[in-house]
Amino acid sequence: MANKPKTSARRDRGRRHPLATVALIMVGLLGTGGAYALFTTSASAETSTAAEAQVEDGSKLFAANCATCHGMNLQGTTQAPSLIGVGAAAVDFQVGTGRIPLAATGPQAEEKPVQFTQEQVAALAAYVASMGPGPGIPSEEYLGGEGDAAVGAELFRINCAMCHNVAGAGGALTEGKFAPPLGGVSATHIYEAMITGPQNMPVFNDANISPEDKANIITYLKYLDETPSVGGFGLGDLGPVSEGLFIWIFGLGAIVAITIWLTAKSN
Amino acid sequence: MANDHDGTNPRAGTTVEKYRDDNLPGPGTGVVASDAVENPGFEPFRARVSDLDPAKARANERRVSGLFFVSIIGSVFAIAAYIAFPIVDGDPGSIRLNNLLLGLGIALALLAIGIGAVHWSKSLMDGHDLVEQRHGTRGTEATRQKAIEVFELGNKESGFGRRTLIRNTLIGALVVSPLPAVVLFRDLAPAENPVPLLQQTMWKKGTRLTRDPSGTPIKASEVTLGSAFHVIPEGLEESEHKLEEKAKAAVLLMRLKPEDLHVSAGREDWNYDGIVAYSKICTHVGCPVALYEQQTHHLLCPCHQSQFDITQEAKVIFGPAKRPLPQLPITVDSEGYLVAQSDFTEPVGPSFWERKL
Amino acid sequence: MSTTTDERPTTTVEPSRGQRFTGWAANYVDERTSISGLVKELGRKIFPDHWSFMLGEVALYSFIVILLSGTFMTFFFQASMVPVLYDGSYVPLKGIEMSAAMASTLDLSFDIRGGLLMRQVHHWAALLFVASIGLHMLRIFFTGAFRKPREINWLIGFVLFVLAMAEGFTGYSLPDDLLSGNGLRIIDGLIKGVPIVGTWISYLLFGGEFPGEDVVGRFYTLHILLLPAILVAALGVHMLLLIINKHTQFAGPGRTNDNVVGVPIMPVFAAKAGGFFFIIFGVIVLIASLFQINPIWTYGPYDPSPVSAGTQPDWYIGFADGALRLVPPGWELELGPYTLSLNVFIPTLVLVLFLAVVALYPFVEAWITGDKREHHIADRPRNAPTRTAIGAAGVTFYAMLWAAASSDLIATHFRLTIEGVIHACQFLLIVGPIIAYVVTKRVCLALQKKDREIALHGYESGRIVRLPGGEYIEVHEQLDEYERWKLVSYEDYKPLMLRPNAQGKITAGERLRSRASSWFFEDRIAPVTKTEIEKSHGDH
Repeated sequence: MANKPKTSARRDRGRRHPLATVALIMVGLLGTGGAYALFTTSASAETSTAAEAQVEDGSKLFAANCATCHGMNLQGTTQAPSLIGVGAAAVDFQVGTGRIPLAATGPQAEEKPVQFTQEQVAALAAYVASMGPGPGIPSEEYLGGEGDAAVGAELFRINCAMCHNVAGAGGALTEGKFAPPLGGVSATHIYEAMITGPQNMPVFNDANISPEDKANIITYLKYLDETPSVGGFGLGDLGPVSEGLFIWIFGLGAIVAITIWLTAKSN
Repeated sequence: MANDHDGTNPRAGTTVEKYRDDNLPGPGTGVVASDAVENPGFEPFRARVSDLDPAKARANERRVSGLFFVSIIGSVFAIAAYIAFPIVDGDPGSIRLNNLLLGLGIALALLAIGIGAVHWSKSLMDGHDLVEQRHGTRGTEATRQKAIEVFELGNKESGFGRRTLIRNTLIGALVVSPLPAVVLFRDLAPAENPVPLLQQTMWKKGTRLTRDPSGTPIKASEVTLGSAFHVIPEGLEESEHKLEEKAKAAVLLMRLKPEDLHVSAGREDWNYDGIVAYSKICTHVGCPVALYEQQTHHLLCPCHQSQFDITQEAKVIFGPAKRPLPQLPITVDSEGYLVAQSDFTEPVGPSFWERKL
Repeated sequence: MSTTTDERPTTTVEPSRGQRFTGWAANYVDERTSISGLVKELGRKIFPDHWSFMLGEVALYSFIVILLSGTFMTFFFQASMVPVLYDGSYVPLKGIEMSAAMASTLDLSFDIRGGLLMRQVHHWAALLFVASIGLHMLRIFFTGAFRKPREINWLIGFVLFVLAMAEGFTGYSLPDDLLSGNGLRIIDGLIKGVPIVGTWISYLLFGGEFPGEDVVGRFYTLHILLLPAILVAALGVHMLLLIINKHTQFAGPGRTNDNVVGVPIMPVFAAKAGGFFFIIFGVIVLIASLFQINPIWTYGPYDPSPVSAGTQPDWYIGFADGALRLVPPGWELELGPYTLSLNVFIPTLVLVLFLAVVALYPFVEAWITGDKREHHIADRPRNAPTRTAIGAAGVTFYAMLWAAASSDLIATHFRLTIEGVIHACQFLLIVGPIIAYVVTKRVCLALQKKDREIALHGYESGRIVRLPGGEYIEVHEQLDEYERWKLVSYEDYKPLMLRPNAQGKITAGERLRSRASSWFFEDRIAPVTKTEIEKSHGDH
């Protein structure tokens, strides 16, 4: 599941949210019945033995895979920041999209195949959350895409479009960094990105954009994802540049070919 | 002339002298070769299959009329698609389908007519090249002489050249007559002077910073480290010129660690505990500079890639902009909400001639 | 008509009903318009056949498509910036405040059957219109078809090009969406950068402070009334001069500077060109039905606060946007109390200068050559190496500006840094044209040498023959005289010799002209002469 290619994750979206849902179900089965939210804003109150076991698993995974850079006690090193207080959401986003562990030093961590299974990601998240309170895994009620798309679209244009493009096609930042395209990204990861501000993305805490408004933004992105571009093929949603290239290469190209046929002597 | 008609060598033997003799325009530095290769005249006509084989010609005929028939089908299809695939309210897919099928029908109808007509002309119409003679573009000497006479006569009969007072006053009158039209354009814009308008914004002492677009005020405690808030002044929604005010007053609010800020003298109290507010309007040509990188603290303009360093009071570090983004001095009011200390201390947005007045 | 009744059926065929009607109608019209003279004059005019001669027609036909689709849209579009609440069928904008212009464009797209198709036809046709004008201009330039007597028509064509860009930009601004609004904002910034009068021009254009509520209505008048009227008038003169000057043709057997060889307007060319109109129309509709263009609904209504990553103008304004991006930091001066925005004024000036050079090039070349003859044979680009090289340098300059306008997209798509792309473009903007000039000129001269070689000695047949003496040679196949003619017939110029004028003086102007002339014609490959051919044939 963890190594499932991105395309299939995209296909699954809408019915269920592969990463968050599966993680929660796993935890629920292992835990005391899963009636209360295991990964809400603070994991410090976690007392059940199953959850303790999960934190224990996470601790081992962390020591094996993360501690070299982030330090045995999450305190950070010269190579990587401290993880105390980053919360479960940050871990689920960074590890759950494959950005962490880093493959190589570059302008920024990039999405790639996920290195851990869902349970492992959940365990890591639980462990990091247990070491200091921070934003938790978002609650299911904001992720379903049942908000107001119009409100979401307006908020998206004001807060997100300058980096991610109005159609969510992504855009350039300074020195080789870029804001990734948003098509096919799961609602959980979008929510987590907003609340944690991964890498150079600013943080949009709940006082800035309320959870309901985050749900509206997710609703709009879901609408963009699920609605076909009404005018035909979208040419990558890159705007006038792709349109201009298209008309020069394919439009005029075809027409020049026609003029050659037109003026060639017939047999 | 006979040579011209079969296209052989009209230039052979022409020399510079010929141009002089015939009072023809000269070649300048062009070389008029006396030893040029001769034009071999037309190639023999190569007949097409449809010229030689009546069966092929008939096949082409069928093809052309077939294409015209296909065109009719395309048009009918387009009409049918218009009716059969209406736009269903709330279903964007229906618009896509309507656009696609209507378009394909019309495209087919047009392309089939076009291809049919071209095929007709290429395969069935007379395929011989024809020759038409060119004549010098300028009129013949006689015509030119006549034209000169007309002008001279006109001059003589009117006295245009002789009665200089009339001529000069007429020219003067014609030059002055469009001026009222220029004046008429003054009222394209209101009577007031634009310069003071450009030098002020809606911000004034005590105006609360509010979220864009909801207009709800922002508490300093809500602006956590790494946050970026898109800000409009309180009361913008009620203002008379909403967009014009917003085009000047839009602000980006960020919180940095206070020790990361390099504050210059006189601006020590412009930030509130590391919270800084900068005009969002680029000092280059006015795009919203809204791309905030929370780790590098750089602002990037997506239009022309100017970059501003927030830690150095929005100094330009790359791109065509010259001036730093103006900073809005802020503080908190008694309820803990962020408020402006005053308006910007300089005009926001792109530079203009009278900016420093 | 003195034939008797009984002879009639055998000698003349009774005209059919249709023929009688056509005859009557033709007579009716001619007696009132003397149109028969026009038909006689134009009906059998000859039009030479070459694919590149159709490019201007592409522009003409896409303009007709623009007029047709644009007229349809005027029935629905409201050129007003009065704020309204959108209540159409596009869900993510429901209840959002926007201008009536934006709302009516959305209604046209989402609630009128075929409305979106017409919008897309209009926009794609507009992109094609300017692109085909560009290609047409390049064809004219590289074949020297702007030479006497066509310099004036080149100027008119240039005016058409500028008008087309103006039409494009005003049209792009009409929907009042976020993309076009930010485009207008940039224009506002550009205008404000004009010294002394900039602030006032912007103020008058926008009817007050930016964005105001007037600019869409004003642009609408320009877009559908004033600019098209000038465009159609200039187009008419352009076509009229084309008829008067007749079309150029490429060198070929039987073709001379004094004739024009090709197909007659009636019927062959009419069928071809008429058919071509339908093909162009069809291709545009096909593109519009398959490919989305300018989805204003994702951009949303204009609001001065948001902006989208990848905000770019349509392609033909790209070179101007690129010029703005390539300015190095810090180009702004303060002259006492006044601010001089060189960072916007210099690029504007560079663009104006570039366009001025394009417009005036024919006159410059005519001055250098001093050639006052009429030229109706189009040059092969290689036979005018310096001109072709200048053209290549100009194209490179334009292309670098154009590329710079998509610096951010180049960066994200090729995993480069924006800064790197901008610096590369800045470097290539200066160095690229020089490289293009040198390389193109060398390539042209090499091709000319090759042509000369082939004309004299034929081409390599690939057939190896062993001579009686044991020597192996490759047989060179001679060209027939028709093929050879295409290679040897071209204009040749010598550098100007500096000679004193009648007063025995050498003027500074003449000195400059002489320098320009040797720059143009120093490296020349003279056309093959008759004697050379005879000599080379003697050798074999």
